[in-house]
Amino acid sequence: MTETQAAPMTAATDDAILRADKVTIRFGGLVANRDIDFVVPRGRIVSLIGPNGAGKTTFFNQMTGLLTPTSGNIEFEGESIIGLSPHDIVERGIGRTFQNIRLFGAMTVLANVMVGRHVRMSAPWWGSLLKLPSVRAEEEATRQRARELLELVGLRRRVEQQWAKNLPYGDQRRLEIARALASDPKLLLLDEPTAGMNPGETAQMTKLIGRLRDELNLSVLLIEHDMKVVMGVSEEITVLDHGEKIAYGTPEQVRANPKVIEAYLGKGAASA
Amino acid sequence: MSSLVRRSLFAGLVAGIACLHVGLVGMINTFQERQLLELGDIIDGGGVALGSLMPMLAILLIANRAAAIRAVDIDQPPPSVAERLISGAVVGAIAGIVLVGLALVSSSGFIGSMFVNARNPLAQILWLGMDATAGSAMVFILSVVVGVAGAALHVLPSLVSRATVVALLVVLLVALLEPFLSVIMRNLELDFVEDFVYERGALTLPAAVVLAVLTAAIVWAARSGGTLRERTAALADGGRGGVARWVLLGVAMAVLLVLPNVVGRRLSDVLTQVGLFVLLGLGLNIVIGFAGLLDLGYVAFYAVGAYTVAVLTSPGSPAFSPELPFWASLPFVIIIAVTIGLMIGAPVLRLRGDYLAIVTLGFGEIARILVGSAWLQPYLGGAQGITAIPPAEPFQRAPESVYYPILAFCVVAALAAIALANSRVGRAWNAMREDEGAAEASGINTVRYKLLAFAMGAAFGCIAGAFFSAKIGTIFPDSFSILISINTLALIILGGMGNIAGVVVGALVLVGLPELLREFAEYRLLIYGAVLVTMMLLRPEGLLPSRQRQAELHEGAEEEEGEGEQPHTPTTREPREASITP
Repeated sequence: MTETQAAPMTAATDDAILRADKVTIRFGGLVANRDIDFVVPRGRIVSLIGPNGAGKTTFFNQMTGLLTPTSGNIEFEGESIIGLSPHDIVERGIGRTFQNIRLFGAMTVLANVMVGRHVRMSAPWWGSLLKLPSVRAEEEATRQRARELLELVGLRRRVEQQWAKNLPYGDQRRLEIARALASDPKLLLLDEPTAGMNPGETAQMTKLIGRLRDELNLSVLLIEHDMKVVMGVSEEITVLDHGEKIAYGTPEQVRANPKVIEAYLGKGAASA
Repeated sequence: MSSLVRRSLFAGLVAGIACLHVGLVGMINTFQERQLLELGDIIDGGGVALGSLMPMLAILLIANRAAAIRAVDIDQPPPSVAERLISGAVVGAIAGIVLVGLALVSSSGFIGSMFVNARNPLAQILWLGMDATAGSAMVFILSVVVGVAGAALHVLPSLVSRATVVALLVVLLVALLEPFLSVIMRNLELDFVEDFVYERGALTLPAAVVLAVLTAAIVWAARSGGTLRERTAALADGGRGGVARWVLLGVAMAVLLVLPNVVGRRLSDVLTQVGLFVLLGLGLNIVIGFAGLLDLGYVAFYAVGAYTVAVLTSPGSPAFSPELPFWASLPFVIIIAVTIGLMIGAPVLRLRGDYLAIVTLGFGEIARILVGSAWLQPYLGGAQGITAIPPAEPFQRAPESVYYPILAFCVVAALAAIALANSRVGRAWNAMREDEGAAEASGINTVRYKLLAFAMGAAFGCIAGAFFSAKIGTIFPDSFSILISINTLALIILGGMGNIAGVVVGALVLVGLPELLREFAEYRLLIYGAVLVTMMLLRPEGLLPSRQRQAELHEGAEEEEGEGEQPHTPTTREPREASITP
C-alpha cells in the first residue's frame, strides 16, 4: 500500500544508538505495529508522532522491555535488547518516563530520584544491613547526585523532603525526568512530557529537553501530541498511523507531507 | 429533619446497640468483678467497676464522634457549640433508654432463657444497686451526662480535652493493671506507694485524683512542640542526633534488662510472649509494610522455625534426632526457613494484592495441616506433636531467663529492619509497593526484591518460631493456627504499618494487654475486632505511623484536588494538533 518514495524512510547514519528493524507486534488479530524501521542517531532529539491509537506507546513499550515484538529486532548500542526485562534495559542505558505520571507517591522527592539511581549502585543487601562504610559512602554519593539532578530539572532544594504526590503537576513531570536521568541513561525516552501542561510550563519543558541533550550528552526520543513542542525541539520526526510508519523527515518535511495531513485531518484536508 | 438531627439519632442508635451488645454477651457481668475505683469511704461498699463503666465508655466515644461533625451541608455553617452538646445529649439519651429497657427486661427474666446474661444480676449492675425506679432514672441521667461530656470533649479547646482524655486513660490503665503494678511495687519495696494507690484491688480515690492531676499537668507542660501525632512521627522517624535520644534509649535498655527481676514470673511470661510477637511483627512488617506484599500465611514460617528446632534438638523427635544444642540448630533453621520462603514466594510472584493474600492464606493453612498430617507423622509426630525440646542453653525455660535471648533478637531484628528501611534495598521495596511497573522501569529487579522480602520475612518469623519451641518445650500442630498470622497482621496495623516502633507498641497493646487482663480472655477476639474497627475510624495510620503511611492516609484529599486540576483529556487537544496544516 505504500508507494515508492523518493525520501529515505530512516536516517542514513551508521552511528545509531537505537535501531529498530521491521518491528511488528500483534495482539490477537490486531497489528499494533507493522514492519517499523526506526533509528535514533546518537546525540539527536527525535520524535515519534501520530494520531491517537497510532501505536506510539506500544512501540515505546517494546523498546523498554514491557512488550516483546512478535517479529523484528531492536538493537541498542549494536546489541539486541529483545527479551531483556525492563530493569536490564535500564541498566544498558535506556531511561523512560510515563505518559500518565507514575511516581512513587508516598516517597519523598529525593527518594524517588534515589530509586532511579538503583542500577548504578552496588550495595548488596547484607552490606546495607551491616551499614558498611562503602555502603554509606555510596548512599551519600547517591544523595548528592540526586540533588544535582533535581537542580538540573529545576526542582528547588526545599521540596526534596516533600511527598512526590504533593508536588504540582508540572513539577511531577520534572521529577519523573530526574528519576529517569538518575540511572545515567544514554537514551532518554519521554512519553508525552508536556501532556496536560499549560503553555508556560510547556515552553519550559521544551527548553529543558534541549538542555538535557546538550549538557548530559543524551539522545532523546520523544512521543508528543503537542506540535509546538515537536516542531520546536526535534531534529527528526517519524509519523505513525494505524501501526504503520507513514512519514519520516525534518519538521519542515513532515509538516508539508500530505500523508501526515491526511492522517491527522482526514482525506479532504490533504487535497484542499 | 436536618442532617445534624439525623446524625445524632443514628449515633444514639449505634451507642444503644453497643450497650445492648456488651450487656447481652455478658461482658458487663464478667467485668463487674473487676473493681476499678474504691469509694468505700464515701459510699458504703461503693466503687466503680469495669462492668458498669463499659456502656458509659461506649456512649462517651460515640457521642464524641457524633459531635465532631464538621459541617452538615456545604452551604450551611458548621453546627454551633450548643448544637453539638445537644447532639451529645441525644446520643446519651437514646443509649440511656436502651440501657433502662435492657435492665427492665433483664429483671423480668423475660429473655433470660435465650440470653443467659440478661437476668437479674445484670439489672442490678445497671441500676447501680438501687431499686427499679431510682436505678432507671439514675442510669438514664448518667447516660445523658456522659453523652454531653463526650460532646464537650470535642467542643473544649484541644489542649484541655487532650489533657482530660490522657488523664482519664492513665487512671483507667493504672486501675486495670492493678494486679501487676501492685506486684511490681511490692518487688521494688515501695509498699507505702502501693498502700496509697490501691485498696482491695482497686484504685483509691485520692490516688486517682493525684494521678489525673499529675497527668494533666504533664500534658499541659508538654503543650509546646507540636501535636502528639507530629511528635510520635518524629520519634518514630528517628530524628538524627540528639543526646536526649541516646539517653532515652540507654534508660529504656537498662529498664528492659532488669525488668524480669522486678515484675515476677507471670509478667515475664507475658513479656516473652510480646517479644515473640515483636519478632514476628518485624518480619511481617518487611513483607507487608516495606514491600507491600500482603502475606496472610506468615504463621507457616513460625511453624517451620519451631518444628525445625524441635526435630534437631529434641530427643523426643520421632524419626531423625541429632539432638543438637539449640544454638547449633539455629543456622539450619534459618537456611530451611529461607528456602521455604523462596518456595512460597516463587509461585506467587505474579500475584498482587488480594490474590496474593488468598494464596498465602492457603499456604499458612497448608503448613499447619501438613505438620499434623498422617503422612508426616513418622517425622513430626502428627497430632501428638514433639515433646522434650530442650531450652536454649545457657538460658532456662523459665520466662525470666528465656526473656533475654528473645530481647536480644528483637533488638537485632529492629536494628536490621531500620538499617534496611533506609537503604538501597528499602527504597527498592518501597518503590515496588508504590508502583511495581514504575519500579521495574526504574531499574529494580522486582522478582529479586520480592523474593528477598519473602526470604527476610521468613528468617525473622522462623527465629520467633525457634524460640517459641525452646520456651514452651512441646509443640503441636494446633499451636500454629491462622490466628497467629491474623494477630501479627493486626498488631502491625494497630501499631502503624511500616514502622518499627509501631510494631513494638502494637505487640504490647494487642498481645500484652489481653494477657494481662485475664477477664478479657473470653472476649479477646471481640475486643480485637472492636479495637481494629475503632482504629480504622479514628486513626487509620496506626498508633505510631511511619511518615509514609501518614502521607497516604491524610493527604489523600489534597491529592484528589490536584488531580482534578489536571487537564488530562487528549481529545480536547486534537484541535491544537491540527495547527500543523500549513
